Amino acid sequence: MSAPPLLEVRDLTVSFSTREGVVHAVTEMNLDLTPGETLAIVGESGSGKSQMLLSLLGLTAGNAHITGTALFKGEDLLGATAHRLNQIRGAQIGFVFQDPMTSLNPYLTVGLQLTEPLTLHRRIDRAAAASQAVEMLRAVHITEPEQRMQQYPHELSGGMRQRVAIAMGLICRPEILIADEPTTALDVTVQAEVLALLREIRQQFGTAVILVTHDLGVIAELADRVNVMYAGRIVETGTVDDIFYRCRHPYTEALKRSIPQLTEVRPERLEAIVGSPPNALHLPPGCAFAPRCPYRLECCDKSVPPLVDIGGGHRKACFYEGPLKSDVEQTA
Amino acid sequence: MSEPILTVRDLRVYFELRGDGWLSSPRVLRAVDGVSFDLGQSETLGIVGESGCGKSTLARAVLGLVPVTSGEVHFGGKDLAHLDARQMREQRRHLQIIFQDPLASLDPRMTVGQIIAEPLRSFFPRMTADERQSKVLDIMGHVGLVPEQINRYPHEFSGGQAQRIGIARALILRPEVVVCDEPVSALDVSIKAQIVNLLVDLQAGFGLSLLFIAHDLASVRHVSRRVMVLYLGKIMELAPWDEIYSAPRHPYTQALIQAIPPADPRRARSNRPKPLGGEIPSPVTPPSGCVFRTRCPYAIERCSLETPVLRQIGASLVACHLAEQIQALPKPANPSEGQINPL
Repeated sequence: MSAPPLLEVRDLTVSFSTREGVVHAVTEMNLDLTPGETLAIVGESGSGKSQMLLSLLGLTAGNAHITGTALFKGEDLLGATAHRLNQIRGAQIGFVFQDPMTSLNPYLTVGLQLTEPLTLHRRIDRAAAASQAVEMLRAVHITEPEQRMQQYPHELSGGMRQRVAIAMGLICRPEILIADEPTTALDVTVQAEVLALLREIRQQFGTAVILVTHDLGVIAELADRVNVMYAGRIVETGTVDDIFYRCRHPYTEALKRSIPQLTEVRPERLEAIVGSPPNALHLPPGCAFAPRCPYRLECCDKSVPPLVDIGGGHRKACFYEGPLKSDVEQTA
Repeated sequence: MSEPILTVRDLRVYFELRGDGWLSSPRVLRAVDGVSFDLGQSETLGIVGESGCGKSTLARAVLGLVPVTSGEVHFGGKDLAHLDARQMREQRRHLQIIFQDPLASLDPRMTVGQIIAEPLRSFFPRMTADERQSKVLDIMGHVGLVPEQINRYPHEFSGGQAQRIGIARALILRPEVVVCDEPVSALDVSIKAQIVNLLVDLQAGFGLSLLFIAHDLASVRHVSRRVMVLYLGKIMELAPWDEIYSAPRHPYTQALIQAIPPADPRRARSNRPKPLGGEIPSPVTPPSGCVFRTRCPYAIERCSLETPVLRQIGASLVACHLAEQIQALPKPANPSEGQINPL
């Protein structure tokens, strides 16, 4: 990593005070994003990935308690005023959410929604904004963009809506695009098109992308680096190849092994992970994955393993140092 | 295959929509449009397709949960499509369903025990409380629930556990046919495999015949003996599980497989064929001839004029005029080529 990070998150902790107690959504999380790279964050529901993103943008619920720093080009987002965040959101950091039907306003035309960020952030006149919007619709491969500008979201198909949402996220040419499960709500053939589009857009505009997903196929397709989250912590981080071919954390391994693969042969049974993810209200004192882990050691129940470098930026948070099942199979 | 347990012939489910104006004639949405298949004894038949392909409507029509427009559903010597409500109710205990969203399908004010026992109360009202209780506990054991959970409420359970409750409720009457409608789609990644394995075990243990519906081809293929691919209410292909991946014959099946991103970065970086363009047409105004032709890379004039019939090629049934020629073509990219199994 030679380029200075665009986004540098240090010791980010997000918790919520509730009547039942304190919910630990994100704990001591570090994250670096360099210009133009795609960083994937993989985790299950409740792993803290969405709360992490929301906290960066000042969008968490009122009872959130956030500590740490998140430097975006040297400026701490966590300490920024609401006014400053308004200037950054949509302009320098764009978003695409899971469900385009809920992220687009049903009462406004596509054109109005696309030009609003431009007139707001860039202070250019309507005509200039409209021509940029048409150009952006063309960039996301929407046919007849001039006509689409006059249409409402419900007149578009699901795939087209998500293209419009992507165009909206990119319209101000942000340096970071945050994509939260951008293809999860789409059909597989439409997903393939949107993935191809995201790849192309990234090349064309050089946008750095934070991609949140639980789909390992989507990650393999788009990511340069991957953070694996479990119960609010990063348990493993590395390049996409580190995570797919040289993973060192039992959770990462278990996740990969539990999905059915489309290969010539099929196993008798899937390798399921036993148990369920922990409740963020009552996290175990040690490693949160220990109760489900096949390699569990005695120390795992007592203290939380730190995230340590195991070579070239590949880090894992696990006390177990022996071989994993996958290693044994690879050498066999 | 021995005598099929369920035989579906030319099943159609049409919904009438309002016309554009109040004088214009109503429009017809063809959700299921002439589907025929057999479900073998103790067979798991997978049904895949994208949203709007009619897979859920097909399953619900088989169970009599949506009105059938025409066609036959033979089960136990009766045509379910033409039974009255009372006769259908009698058959229901042999045909059960597991829903996608486990929490939404459980009554939040009933305990787990009450939820699982409800089918018994409704079909065997004279059964004693003790007998009911012992049957409930027995089935709870089969699905991996512990007896202490019998008095808990659904909200106290995670998605995976709640799905176990839904499965127990579906199986308590010891049905012969169970429809699983996207049973793992709403579950967390680390839980999906548990439930898939459970369904496979129960299928074998109880000798169930399953219709397993999902949009995820990999899961469907994992559990099924044969896989049916639906598009706009019609069967495109029905093939043994191994052939559907190694020798897909219909261009839509091929496109579906190519669209799934492999969990393998090296393969993702290699040049793969362009994704299928276009969108699924409206089932109100389906294309003439072959419904897939508007997105098919191989379509010729004949495809717009003549509807392809489902015909046997090898071990598969395929509805494509050009299936033989397409098979003979060199594959655009061999899916297993250069594959390094990351696992």
